[in-house]
Amino acid sequence: MFLALRELAFARGRFSLMGLVIGLIAILMVLLSGLSSGLVNDGVSGLKSLPVSAFAFDEGTKTDNAFSRSVVDTDQLAAWRGQPDVAEAELMGTSIMNAVTDDGQQVDLTMFGVEPDGFLAPEPADGDALDRPAGIVVSESLRGEGIDVGTVITLDRINTELEVVGFTEGQATFGHVDIAYLPLATWQLIAAGQAPDGEAPTDAHLATLDFDQASVIALQGAEGSELAAGSAEAFAAGDTAATTTTLSLEESFNASPGYQAETMTLSMIQVFLYAIGALVVGAFFTVWTIQRGHELAVLRAMGASAGYLLRDGLAQASILLVSFTALGVAAGVGLGSLMPEGMPFALEAQPIAVASALTILLGLVGAAVAVLRVTRIEPISALGGNR
Amino acid sequence: MSTTVDHHREPAQDRSAPGPAGILGLHLRDVTLEVGDGGERVRALDRVDLSVTPGEFVAVIGPSGAGKSSLLAVAGALATPTSGVVEVLGQDLAGLRGQGQLAAFRRRHLGFVFQSGNLVPALTAADQLRLARRIAHRGGRSRSFDPAPLLEAVDMGHRAGHRPGQLSGGERQRVGIARALVNEPSLLLVDEPTAALDRRRSQDIVALLARQCHQRGIAGVMVTHDHDVLDHCDRVVEMVDGRLVDHRSVTLRP
Repeated sequence: MFLALRELAFARGRFSLMGLVIGLIAILMVLLSGLSSGLVNDGVSGLKSLPVSAFAFDEGTKTDNAFSRSVVDTDQLAAWRGQPDVAEAELMGTSIMNAVTDDGQQVDLTMFGVEPDGFLAPEPADGDALDRPAGIVVSESLRGEGIDVGTVITLDRINTELEVVGFTEGQATFGHVDIAYLPLATWQLIAAGQAPDGEAPTDAHLATLDFDQASVIALQGAEGSELAAGSAEAFAAGDTAATTTTLSLEESFNASPGYQAETMTLSMIQVFLYAIGALVVGAFFTVWTIQRGHELAVLRAMGASAGYLLRDGLAQASILLVSFTALGVAAGVGLGSLMPEGMPFALEAQPIAVASALTILLGLVGAAVAVLRVTRIEPISALGGNR
Repeated sequence: MSTTVDHHREPAQDRSAPGPAGILGLHLRDVTLEVGDGGERVRALDRVDLSVTPGEFVAVIGPSGAGKSSLLAVAGALATPTSGVVEVLGQDLAGLRGQGQLAAFRRRHLGFVFQSGNLVPALTAADQLRLARRIAHRGGRSRSFDPAPLLEAVDMGHRAGHRPGQLSGGERQRVGIARALVNEPSLLLVDEPTAALDRRRSQDIVALLARQCHQRGIAGVMVTHDHDVLDHCDRVVEMVDGRLVDHRSVTLRP
């Protein structure tokens, strides 16, 4: 560290330049991480918040957009309920609809039809639970758009009126569209095309309904079971009995619109960023080590062990990487908090910590490859002509 | 400083284990060094014999390519001779295995003075000495080290806080000499110390080297082609084509 610190101070211009690059990479990394988390939240926060181990889709449903494509019925539900290790199984309806509020504002809603007293029913942070046919509990994020408890929302085309009775705790979105929970029976009324035109659905409407279909079966495995752990083998028996295709909760994220494409794109950008970071740091320390070649040969001739110089070089790289990554992350978090409302952006500690550690670690790998050169320096080259 | 140097060799301090005179210092016996690869092997050193006793300062002169640097490399545990025996401080260097042991021997027993100082640009004069100390000793012993007395000894006490870029060529070389003495070497190997200096500074530097060897009982070997500075040396040997042809052990002392 003796030499490392003094060289950092002496060549501060060069090291600051390198540090600036590391810092900018760290900023970009934080912003990408925030965007990534934001998009994931926007895409599947509604699914994440459900107490579900897996979703069973009708057999043969194409994976992308499976939530809106799949159709299951009560027979399949019964088959799943007969399976061991299934703690809870319920029908769930999912569809995306357009609507207008009573003051003319247009909103898009993902309609999640759930049993009002079942395990999927939302626990509203504000307002009431699902307690009447026309009541809906909507995502907290809609509050900013002029919607409040008591707001009447009219679905486009069928003109059925629903009333906001509560808000979920935190954001609940699916495929970038805010979720509205409604009673499964009401969802089925709409899906069957029997929803009343120009008025709110009532118990009387529901009583006449003869329709047992929904989109998916939400499954909750018994605690500690294979099914709860999302094991594909545990799904096989139920799938055969119920003619369904079951995906664990995480796998089902890919069945929500655009999720896979978005996360893959961002992951690719992040992987490239890490690679670029490691290469840039490696290139810098390669040039720096070569530039000091004669000086290092002199130190080797004086009897410095290769290990001593290696440790010193790596200490130097660590100091540079850690300090400027920290500065970059701080700046990135600062910038992130300035992101405009409505942009899918979420700063989460864990992904940022992982990304920072990766930046530092990969940078160190790059630096290590460069600094390893000191072991190949011939001490005898210290003798004779000037550099 | 004056160029009139006391040419009388002061008795060498007894630095280490007692033993018959001639065991300490540097002894090359029948040393041959071949360099190059394949068919193109060149004899850089050809059956060289040379002894330097503690407190003796010997100049090696000769034309470029005569093998002067090879002599330093072999004596300095930087190159292993093809045949022959190299003894430093009574230790046969052939007994040292691998780069690690050679490096350990160099940092414990040898001091190097390079052309134009070859100091680390980032370090002040005092830090150059501290670094040399750290290279040789781990932990506490290097931390309690005070570079001031050594810098005073080479008349650089007033420049302790200056970096090489702020020093003149002669000053850099003085710091380089102090750095070579930090770990109390038994053998000082000096490579063209005056290459970048004018005549007066050259005289000062070589006189300083000779005086330090005499005072500290260090065996000194200096490679040079600056014939003006030979007056300060106890003995001059000449190399031609890898051989010590002229044992002009002409004692320049009266």
